[in-house]
Amino acid sequence: MSKYLLIESRDPYESGDVGHYFDLAEGLARGGDDVTLFLVQNGVLPARRGARSDGLDAAIKAGIEILADDFSLRERAIGASDLRAGVKSSPLDAVVDGLADGAKTIWH
Amino acid sequence: MAGKKTLTFALMDAPYESARTTTAFRLMDIAARRGYDIRVFAYEGAVCVPFAQQTAHPNALHGRDAEEENHPLPKDWVAALMTEAESNGGSVDWVNCGLCVDERGVADAIEGVRRGTPGDLWSMAGESDNTLIMGTR
Amino acid sequence: MKVLQVIESAYRATQEEQDDTIVWISHAMKGAGADLNVLLRGNAVNYAVDGQDASGLAFSAWKQTQPPNMARDVAGLVDKGVEIYITEEDLAERGLGGAGLVAGVKPVPRAGVPALFAAHDQVWHW
Repeated sequence: MSKYLLIESRDPYESGDVGHYFDLAEGLARGGDDVTLFLVQNGVLPARRGARSDGLDAAIKAGIEILADDFSLRERAIGASDLRAGVKSSPLDAVVDGLADGAKTIWH
Repeated sequence: MAGKKTLTFALMDAPYESARTTTAFRLMDIAARRGYDIRVFAYEGAVCVPFAQQTAHPNALHGRDAEEENHPLPKDWVAALMTEAESNGGSVDWVNCGLCVDERGVADAIEGVRRGTPGDLWSMAGESDNTLIMGTR
Repeated sequence: MKVLQVIESAYRATQEEQDDTIVWISHAMKGAGADLNVLLRGNAVNYAVDGQDASGLAFSAWKQTQPPNMARDVAGLVDKGVEIYITEEDLAERGLGGAGLVAGVKPVPRAGVPALFAAHDQVWHW
């Protein structure tokens, strides 16, 4: 089992590839890997409650830990109470922690 | 996070073009505050990030002169990163891809930036605890 | 250290650079002793298609005399012993099957990508 930190900086409204990245997260988790999905920049846009993203819905249902960069959230006026269930606000330190821990860290 | 780490970052974006530049500096700043050794391979447009001739400007739309505007210059971010890392016992080794520098005419980089090749990226990654590639689009 | 180079972005600045800069850096690092393989995904799957022709670019008196040749550059990596994987679904979405591809590239389903990741120490997604 490996630790994966998948960083998603794109949003599903502009990039069709985001869905494939969420699928990848699910595939890794299904295989027994420890997967964290970290949303940053416009990647946090589907984290707002009421936002539509089938891919993020599926990742949440799969039990993947999903963190969203607190600065990116604040920059886009997404407060803690606006977050959909299954997504947690996090400082960017979580990415540096993952790198320092040796997680396979992939930017998308 | 206990223990000193070495992290390599590969950057590709030219300044003023992408949020990735800001995020990259936020990440490296966290590492610098922890006293980590930071290795940067600047590829393609990212070699313009430490270009010494960047100049701040006023912004009439904002109603501010150059001093009040305090317009961000990414070369200053590089210098600040180096100072922060060193003050915490860490370091920044910033390598600009030499061919990328030549084709863009940006050899005039701030002090502390050196010229290198893709072989430097490979060797830096090999000497690091981890590597983050931040490609451009 | 074994690295999987994931290339997704394609035809971004290939005319200015006369190549894809990530395919190029893969060649350069391989030459410097790197142990790496490549996964072409997204639009970059088209780099493995035979018959690409980027010749003929001209701006007034200026002429592109050495255009990029992506199939040649991908084949060059194969020749150097680099495994080139290519995602089947990305090929199919773009109307491409397994035929007409550079010899030696290895189609993999998206479901097989986690196993590819597992076989490498680091994954560099450009």
